[in-house]
Amino acid sequence: MLSSSIGYYGLILGLICSLLLTFFNLQNFRAQKILNTRILSLTFLQFLFVKISFVSLIISFVLSDFSNETVFNNSHSTKPIFYKIAGVWGNHEGSLLLWLLVLTLFTLIFLLKTKNQPLQYRILTITFQQIIIIGFFVFVIKTSNPFNYIFPIPDEGLGLNPILQDPLLAIHPPVLYLGYVGSSIIFSSALAATTLGLISKSWAIHIKKWVLASWIFLTIGILLGSIWAYYELGWGGFWFWDPVENVSLMPWLVLTTLLHCILVLQKRLILTSWVIILSISTFTLSMCGTFLVRSGILNSIHTFANDPERGLFILIFLFILIFFSIIIFFFFNKRNENNNVNFFWLSKETAILINNWFMMYFLSVVLIGTVYPIFLDVLTTNKISVGPPFYHKLIIPFLIPFLIMMGIGSRLKWIKSNLEDKAQLILALIISILIAILIVKNLDVKFLINITLISSAFYLFLITSRDFFIKKEKNNSQKIAHFGFSLLILSILVNNLFSTEIITNLKVGQQFENSNSKILFKNIIQKDEKNYKSIIGNFIIENNNGKIEEFFPELRIYNQPKIVTSEADIKTTFTTDRFMTINVVQNQEYFNIRYQSKPFMIWIWLSVILISCGGILSFLNKEYEK
Amino acid sequence: MKNKIFLFVSIFIFIIIFSVFYKGLNKINIYSPKVELNKKIPQYSSKLINSDKLVNYSEIFNYDHFILLNIWSSWCVPCREEHELLMNLSQQRNIRLIGLNYKDNVISAQKFLDELGNPFETILVDIEGVQAIEWGAFGVPESFLIFKSKVVKKYVGPLNENLINEIKLIIK
Amino acid sequence: MKFLKYLFIIFFIMNLNNFKAESVDLSNKITKNLRCLICQGQSVYESDSDFANSLKIVVSNKIIEGLNEKEIYEFLREKYGDWILYDPELNKNTYLLWLLPVLLFLIGGAIIFKRFKITNK
Repeated sequence: MLSSSIGYYGLILGLICSLLLTFFNLQNFRAQKILNTRILSLTFLQFLFVKISFVSLIISFVLSDFSNETVFNNSHSTKPIFYKIAGVWGNHEGSLLLWLLVLTLFTLIFLLKTKNQPLQYRILTITFQQIIIIGFFVFVIKTSNPFNYIFPIPDEGLGLNPILQDPLLAIHPPVLYLGYVGSSIIFSSALAATTLGLISKSWAIHIKKWVLASWIFLTIGILLGSIWAYYELGWGGFWFWDPVENVSLMPWLVLTTLLHCILVLQKRLILTSWVIILSISTFTLSMCGTFLVRSGILNSIHTFANDPERGLFILIFLFILIFFSIIIFFFFNKRNENNNVNFFWLSKETAILINNWFMMYFLSVVLIGTVYPIFLDVLTTNKISVGPPFYHKLIIPFLIPFLIMMGIGSRLKWIKSNLEDKAQLILALIISILIAILIVKNLDVKFLINITLISSAFYLFLITSRDFFIKKEKNNSQKIAHFGFSLLILSILVNNLFSTEIITNLKVGQQFENSNSKILFKNIIQKDEKNYKSIIGNFIIENNNGKIEEFFPELRIYNQPKIVTSEADIKTTFTTDRFMTINVVQNQEYFNIRYQSKPFMIWIWLSVILISCGGILSFLNKEYEK
Repeated sequence: MKNKIFLFVSIFIFIIIFSVFYKGLNKINIYSPKVELNKKIPQYSSKLINSDKLVNYSEIFNYDHFILLNIWSSWCVPCREEHELLMNLSQQRNIRLIGLNYKDNVISAQKFLDELGNPFETILVDIEGVQAIEWGAFGVPESFLIFKSKVVKKYVGPLNENLINEIKLIIK
Repeated sequence: MKFLKYLFIIFFIMNLNNFKAESVDLSNKITKNLRCLICQGQSVYESDSDFANSLKIVVSNKIIEGLNEKEIYEFLREKYGDWILYDPELNKNTYLLWLLPVLLFLIGGAIIFKRFKITNK
């Protein structure tokens, strides 16, 4: 009870801070002297208030205080303490509070870290940031207050959806939010810099840190979600082109583009308008994603409870932000036409331009694929589904030239360069084509597309791994990230081509046999856990090379809410993942069994980690700190 | 000048996007299939309950009066609630009720009928759920009103008092 | 060259583990392209609901009956509408869906080549 009130007043005080801050900001902006210390202390206070409110929500969850509506809806007294805490942001209200917390934290960090920047720029950025913060405060307090009371107080909560009770999913949203919210700083900062005409090399160097930081968080956030989907949703895939996944991929694509593009701005002071547009779209797309997910307008596994009122609020807020930024962009952005925009065809800037071109294409595929069904439904009431085949068909043909150009482009120099090692490049291409033919010829798959795809992936892989042995350039972060990317593509390809699976129905004691392996369903064990019943199948699998292994896939029947989940048993090695799930079949004695062998699975995760390592290395690089 | 055109075009585009999203918000997101009237019944054959003989759909559904095909199962809870209404409907003279027993086993299905009564003239057995797919059904319970080998009306989910009255009106 | 050596090692490992590729099961391929209508955002292949399980049986039955992939999609589309297909076919409803990304790509290319003079001097 008490913690709910404290939390609620924390929110109100935080909102008051915002209003005061906006006032002082405007005052200080006109006065143009040194930073008003009240701004700093208010920003700090605001963060503190939101933090108090967040902590009091955590306390309500830990104490299972069911007088709080959010706790009642999403928690249960038998839940382990870890998931009680994770449950705080496992629901709509709590996750928005977390969003607000990160937003205020980042604003504070921005203010502390930009002491060397012009005062007006700092104040204006904070003001824009406060506008976003006010929007979220109003949203939380008006439509999704996490501190609503229920009376009479229920004895027991409704529980958290068991598939969300998972350590990875506990940290996945916070990490993703760090990425999303980081992009809000980029948004405000770009708008502030445009208004003041400050888009310059030093601005590029300064904002690049924020771009990198949000990019790293977003990459890791997406990775965590993907790993979770892999082992928890129980069918061995890791990316489903589900709208909610797409929604997190879109800001990532823009951020990646921005990351490359900002280098050009930093070196040559061109593409300024483009950088501003990208900076604006990152946050807009993050918000758009929030809208699509929260409003229930999408049909997806992850949709949160629908509430048109909430959707409407985010929608209006989103479009106010968009109009606001369009106006600022058109009225304040002065194109520096006199700039020399001659590009040598073999130069880093041309390569980055082409990279941007392709990235925007990928973005448009994902964006159109995600929102098109909504548009069609609204305009013509026809319902269609857009799934993996659509994305594959449109992305894969463009991926091939993209990979090849990535291999060449990343090694070019600024302004003008030439290919010194043509012979090696051609050799690499020949080797990759040979490897591709060797791999594909034994397989019953479409020949041409696979050959080109695999050879371009191998080509990039060869070139990027060779770059490690060239000591001339020291840009290690780029080398690692690009190498990671080539490894990612290669692992996905190998994984796709060589995955095998067995789907069959077995009773206890029965055996399944095919040319590759023997599966024996030995017995079944039942256990009672704290908040679920578990049925564990015991299987013995013998490979055709005589290797025998035991698998224990599990079914969990949760009591609150009553949901059955299937827990896969996964055996991971450096070359293959073996993956087994069981499922009950209605009214039958037998179980539905899936056994999959997925080569190079772990390399998909490792390569994404490598990519983010590249980002981290670049973030820590002192060269950019000036 | 060029700048202004761009400005207006982009604002215009965003207004369109806004209004589409706005309209989309107020739509119910649960998919309900378009009810295609006068669709021919599928060509299939099925086993009857307590019998091993295969019977063609055309033999069963080629009938001059109305037929209500009801997909049910003993393990389905809403079917239990709906059953009384079906018993009531089966008293009507100008309609035949045919059951499609979905993913059930004969013993529990028989028990269900012994307990609540049997409104069906014939019961088709669909162990694998394959016939339900042929009918274009999503699950249990679901009902199809058939006239002269054509599906006149489709009801997804359990029937209620109002729907039963609607059926009675149609068959009059 | 060092990298060649590494490459061969990787290639060798791949062969060792005898990733025998089985021919892609047509039924799996088809069910992956079907939306499980009663689930939230899952394909029929991925889902274990009653509806999905029956649909899997129907698909394999149809394959045995000798229908090809297209005919099976058509069969299901007739019963359940376009909503069931994950791979929307090109028709008047989906021209924009398929062509807009490619069109944007071309426009993007045109803008790049118009605005920036890419020279080889």
